[in-house]
Amino acid sequence: MNGLLQIALYLGVLLLLAKPMGSYMTRVYAGELPVWARWMQPVERLFYRLCGVKPQQEMRWTQYAGAMLLFSLLGVLAVYAMQRLQAGLPLNPQGFGAVSADSAFNTALSFVTNTNWQGYVGETTMSYLTQMLTLTVQNFLSAATGMAVLIALIRGFARHTTETIGNFWVDMTRSTLYILLPLSVILALVLVSQGVVQNFAPYQSVPLVENLSYDQPKLDASGNAVKDAAGNPVTEKVEVKTQTLALGPVASQEAIKQLGTNGGGFFNANSAHPFENPTPLSNFLAMLAIFLIPAGLCYTFGKMVGDTRQGWAILVSMTLLFVGFLAVAEYAEQQGNPAFTTLGINQLATASQAGGNMEGKETRFGIVNSALFATITTAASCGAVNAMHDSFTPLGGMVTMAQIQLGEVVFGGVGSGLYGMLVYAVIAVFLAGLMIGRTPEYLGKKIEAFDIKMASLVILIPPFIILGGTALAVMLGVGKSSIFNPGAHGFSEVLYAFSSAVGNNGSAFAGISANTPFYNTALGFAVWAGRFWLMIPVLALAGSLAAKKRIPTSIGSMATHTPLFVWLLVGTVLLVGALTFVPALALGPVIEHLNMIKP
Amino acid sequence: MLQSLRPAVGSFLLLTLLTGIAYPLLVTGISQTLMPAQANGSLIIQAGKPVGSTLIGQSFSDPKYFWGRPSATGPVANNAGASSGSNLGPTNPALLDAIKARVQTLHDADPSNTLPIPVDLVTTSGSGLDPHISPAAAAYQLPRVARLRHLDAKVLSKLIAEHTQGRQFGILGEPRVNVLALNLALDAAR
Repeated sequence: MNGLLQIALYLGVLLLLAKPMGSYMTRVYAGELPVWARWMQPVERLFYRLCGVKPQQEMRWTQYAGAMLLFSLLGVLAVYAMQRLQAGLPLNPQGFGAVSADSAFNTALSFVTNTNWQGYVGETTMSYLTQMLTLTVQNFLSAATGMAVLIALIRGFARHTTETIGNFWVDMTRSTLYILLPLSVILALVLVSQGVVQNFAPYQSVPLVENLSYDQPKLDASGNAVKDAAGNPVTEKVEVKTQTLALGPVASQEAIKQLGTNGGGFFNANSAHPFENPTPLSNFLAMLAIFLIPAGLCYTFGKMVGDTRQGWAILVSMTLLFVGFLAVAEYAEQQGNPAFTTLGINQLATASQAGGNMEGKETRFGIVNSALFATITTAASCGAVNAMHDSFTPLGGMVTMAQIQLGEVVFGGVGSGLYGMLVYAVIAVFLAGLMIGRTPEYLGKKIEAFDIKMASLVILIPPFIILGGTALAVMLGVGKSSIFNPGAHGFSEVLYAFSSAVGNNGSAFAGISANTPFYNTALGFAVWAGRFWLMIPVLALAGSLAAKKRIPTSIGSMATHTPLFVWLLVGTVLLVGALTFVPALALGPVIEHLNMIKP
Repeated sequence: MLQSLRPAVGSFLLLTLLTGIAYPLLVTGISQTLMPAQANGSLIIQAGKPVGSTLIGQSFSDPKYFWGRPSATGPVANNAGASSGSNLGPTNPALLDAIKARVQTLHDADPSNTLPIPVDLVTTSGSGLDPHISPAAAAYQLPRVARLRHLDAKVLSKLIAEHTQGRQFGILGEPRVNVLALNLALDAAR
């Protein structure tokens, strides 16, 4: 009962904030800031002057795409260089060495593409300087890039008979200055109040109440393992009397990690780590931050195309899909693991325990907030996790994977979610047009062959790389040797990895050892293709739409703000996704589920 | 492309300064001034020295302490320098073996307790650092700790209640007991 209340509260607050957030963003992109935000305008103008940007000068779609690619390339170079050079740079109190070339390559691509896949263990790899000066920065810039591309696409719908779709530098700068940065400052401070750490101190050592010990292989002077007469390795007992608390400038990265649907944690355990997500309130705000901008952008879309009903129709479609997926995840996780019950374990939810499948979950979040967080983070392209998806029940894990595979169009990443959904809307009106034999129209624009080709690329490229990459990995020894869990679940780990990379999600079935040259390279390629091979056709679509004439609505036009269209859109998303991924899902989570429940 | 070079390099550098240096420094400055305790790890200070963090669990195996969530961090449990979950899948035999062993350890520590074990007490947490257990898991261990410490069950029950947090604002999250704080209080009461 309380669980339903928490979910209702979450969705209620989110939907209430969609309109104010959306109208604010509309004003930002139009350059008509509300009075209270105008104090930042001198900074914006200074930026343009220093960079030689002429804000009134608009771009064709090819120029817009070129600017976006160049800007992203700089990001890749900077993130790669910083990781390789961090050993000699300041703010490295733990003295971490250079990150390996393949891992640095993977991390650079993954942070620039808003994926934020963590092949590395943050607290034992990245210096404070690397974390803030490159990873935090890319959290902002990759999100701002996604928002800019979306706004360009919306302009394609909103404008007519023009060659240009806006100025990339202006859209990107405004996204950062007026939307992401102020929200991050506020959220970061609230997170600190809850206990998220924010400092530059070396890791803190504290005494343990009860000492621990472990065995480690004994090494000789040259670092080789010592073996006894029988050839077995000799171990020595190590006494542990203290606990080392990893610290750092966490809150500032945590805030933008959620708001920009980035998801790359400061620590390995991501948002399950108490220093990233200490309380139920910090968790609630994190979840809210993930969906806040994507939900608001739906309203912005409606406003910019001159009919807010169009935006609400999209938002309702997203919410319907989300609630459906959430219900499955919550149910599956609360049911727990049948194998536990035979061991004399109590998995029932009561007033004094969350019950359910608690493996890989935190006590303060229980089942309700873990399943909710997991559904949110994979609906969006966030990828932050407050529970380990690898230990979810097969059906709970399948929900997270399936949402990524649908293209993360259920709210989705900032910008990328809505442009993905608008592409689905184009496909939906095309399907409807085929059924009744009319040229499809959407928002007063004729949808013609070129537009459908671009939309098809956006729909077809991700499954091609996800399924192709998974097939390649499970055929190769280097792909299979990284698998951690046996059986069908092991296949799920690989499928999830490629889905997450192409979807620019960044969450994982984290048992897989992805920090290997094979996975770093293959997934690095996948995140890159999953981002830019979609953004370019989206911008091409924007350019094509902007050049079209607007045709007046007639009695024959299909209305795209009605419940009928909402169902058509939801159906299109599910149908395309199901046709593409059901066979693969059957081999992974479905088989595992049947194995788990067999008597 | 070339005419884009100056805007690209310029925007990149300026936004890096703003979001990579000015922003984290601003947040650090405000946090360290207004909320130093939280910003530095919510440390528990006893006699002027830090003895742990209220947010980070420690590992307990002595039956006279309350035990926390099992932890999958290496090389020792609750290693706050390298957080990690077990990542064991639900049908992995290794998961069932680990849980069987934990059930056995709990039974060995208190053979008289034959109640079903609350699930959070035998499953690893997501971070490996979970500072909390459910109130049910504390209640399950109460008879053992009371007996070994020669404490009255009612007194101990009251102590548990003092270290139990309800849902935040009465609605968010789950009720929970802070294990380290409770055990420190037990030692202090001795």
